[in-house]
Amino acid sequence: MKQFIGFLRKEFLHIFRDPRTMLIIFLLPIVQLLLFGKVINTDIQNSKIAILDQSHDNTTREITSKLMSSGYFVLGEELMPSDDVEDVFRKGKVKMVVTFGTNFEQTLERDGKVDVQLLADASDPNTARILTNYASGIINDYVKKEKLKNIELPNQINTEVRMLYNEGLKSVYMFVPGIMAMILMLISAMMTSISISKEKELGTMEVLLASPLKPIQIVLGKVTPYLLLSFVNALTIIIIGVFIFGVPIKGSFFLLMAESFLFILMALSLGILISTVAPNQMVAMFISVLALMLPTILLSGFMFPIENMPLPLRIISHAMPPRWFIVIIKNIMLKGTGIMYVWKETLILMFMAFVFIALSIKNFKIRLE
Amino acid sequence: MISIQHISKSYKDAQAVRDISLEVKKGELFGLIGPDGAGKTTLMRILMTLLIQDEGNATMNGFDVIKDYKKIRNIVGYMPGRFSLYQDLTVEENLNFFATVFKTTVAENYELIKDIYIQIEPFKNRLAGKLSGGMKQKLALSCALIHKPEILVLDEPTTGVDAVSRKEFWDMLKKLQQKGITILVSTPYMDEAMLCNRVALMQKGKVLDIDTPQKLVENYARKLYAIKSNDMHRLIQDLRSFEKTDSAFAFGQYLHVTGKDDEVEATEFEDYLLKKDHVELEVFDIQPTIEDVFMNMMNE
Repeated sequence: MKQFIGFLRKEFLHIFRDPRTMLIIFLLPIVQLLLFGKVINTDIQNSKIAILDQSHDNTTREITSKLMSSGYFVLGEELMPSDDVEDVFRKGKVKMVVTFGTNFEQTLERDGKVDVQLLADASDPNTARILTNYASGIINDYVKKEKLKNIELPNQINTEVRMLYNEGLKSVYMFVPGIMAMILMLISAMMTSISISKEKELGTMEVLLASPLKPIQIVLGKVTPYLLLSFVNALTIIIIGVFIFGVPIKGSFFLLMAESFLFILMALSLGILISTVAPNQMVAMFISVLALMLPTILLSGFMFPIENMPLPLRIISHAMPPRWFIVIIKNIMLKGTGIMYVWKETLILMFMAFVFIALSIKNFKIRLE
Repeated sequence: MISIQHISKSYKDAQAVRDISLEVKKGELFGLIGPDGAGKTTLMRILMTLLIQDEGNATMNGFDVIKDYKKIRNIVGYMPGRFSLYQDLTVEENLNFFATVFKTTVAENYELIKDIYIQIEPFKNRLAGKLSGGMKQKLALSCALIHKPEILVLDEPTTGVDAVSRKEFWDMLKKLQQKGITILVSTPYMDEAMLCNRVALMQKGKVLDIDTPQKLVENYARKLYAIKSNDMHRLIQDLRSFEKTDSAFAFGQYLHVTGKDDEVEATEFEDYLLKKDHVELEVFDIQPTIEDVFMNMMNE
């Protein structure tokens, strides 16, 4: 036990004396979370649009003010019929142009039908789609409520939409679990694999192996500090998520932490496994980034929906531990479900951890070759 | 104390050690002498249970290097060829770490390392990476000794260390030997061979000879001449093309030369070289050193 504490002391000294390690462990999670949460925001807010109003009657003015008061749009420019619409887009100032034809109100009242043109800048297809959907929604809503309220329409079907578990469609609800999976993977797997392969590279592993330390003591001594630090990180991310971004924790906090602990354990064993293969720090880093980080970001369903992937990638995504972890934390945090609903994912993570640990033990060498 | 029988070991592309057998007695200071690639490190790593030999057996204090590797790791102190301490820990932290790894404390065995550690103690709060070469070796030796090992295995401890520190280091080894520790040390420096009780001369994975350095020199039966002239480069070429020369090697300021047989006289070399227009010529008998012995063996 004294041996183990001595080893831990040494590991913490390594970590606290290396500024780069400290930055990665303590600053990176916060910076990344804030970046993803604040800057890379796919929510539509205050998009600039232009209005080309050829009627200037009550209806068009009311529709315009409805659009502007929705919070999604701000008025970038009022166009004249003589203006070249394409020119406006080329300048890149507005994302959408709403055009009302002449005699808008009269046509609507006479024919019960009138056209509004929505021109969107589809060089960014996602934004264009969202903007036009929002705008047509607002316009239809207005027409239905204000203009057609006295008219009885036969056999009407109304769709009523409610976005459950994330009523505001906030993308940060998606990012917090994703970032958490990514950071924990990065710190746990990459940092442990680097710290073990560093000993190999600098030749200190030779001395450790020639000492009475058992392999299990070396591995546990290497892993425990990162286990603790990763856990602190998981807490930090959740705290920032809850208090800065307002992500709720509807389920059990205890279960959430227990699942995080399981995921960290899984990532640490993966890190040990990498270090048993990698002869030096460079290779360890390379494997961690290429084999872990990119798939975590791309294939875990964090950035891109798994359902949209081609079949081979969908199959590969099953082997991505973060995929299961993200499902678990989303369930606990957003839906408030208990272990009954995530036991399958939990078992998968446990199985992965078990496999990685078994492989590491099998691969860990008590000698130099 | 250390017993090696018919040890062979090859790597993928080369045979590092071929059929080596030797015995190191208890309390002996034994040297493995040879150039790079002689197989010294491989042999030491096999003894340190870090590599497994392809053939042969070896025991350390009666423990088999494969079966009883755990026991060996408790009783042996090891200093690898490369500086293998934590550069980002201080002198004191390194020492404390290795003490706890070996389940002891610095205070418990301070007596043993006192003479060595006292020299680096003024720098105990300095990071190990910031120490000079000589001080690094002293620290590494202290760390290897902290658990009071019965056997000390040192792989080229003085390579890359200045002459003064080298001498100090060997003085320390002598003192440790007096405390009853068996020491196996490797070195590429021939002058250090004379400081060992016995040495094994090694080359290309083989042991050429094992004896006390004094005996090895005594047994060197050849007549040896030191020769010098104003043009050393031409001198060595001329001597090597002389039919009565057996070997000629540069040795500091002089060439060490042996004749085809011991009948060849100094005057014969002198006459030959004068004909070749060498000036400031010096030719005289010298006593062979261990290096001459080694060169001679390598040649055979």
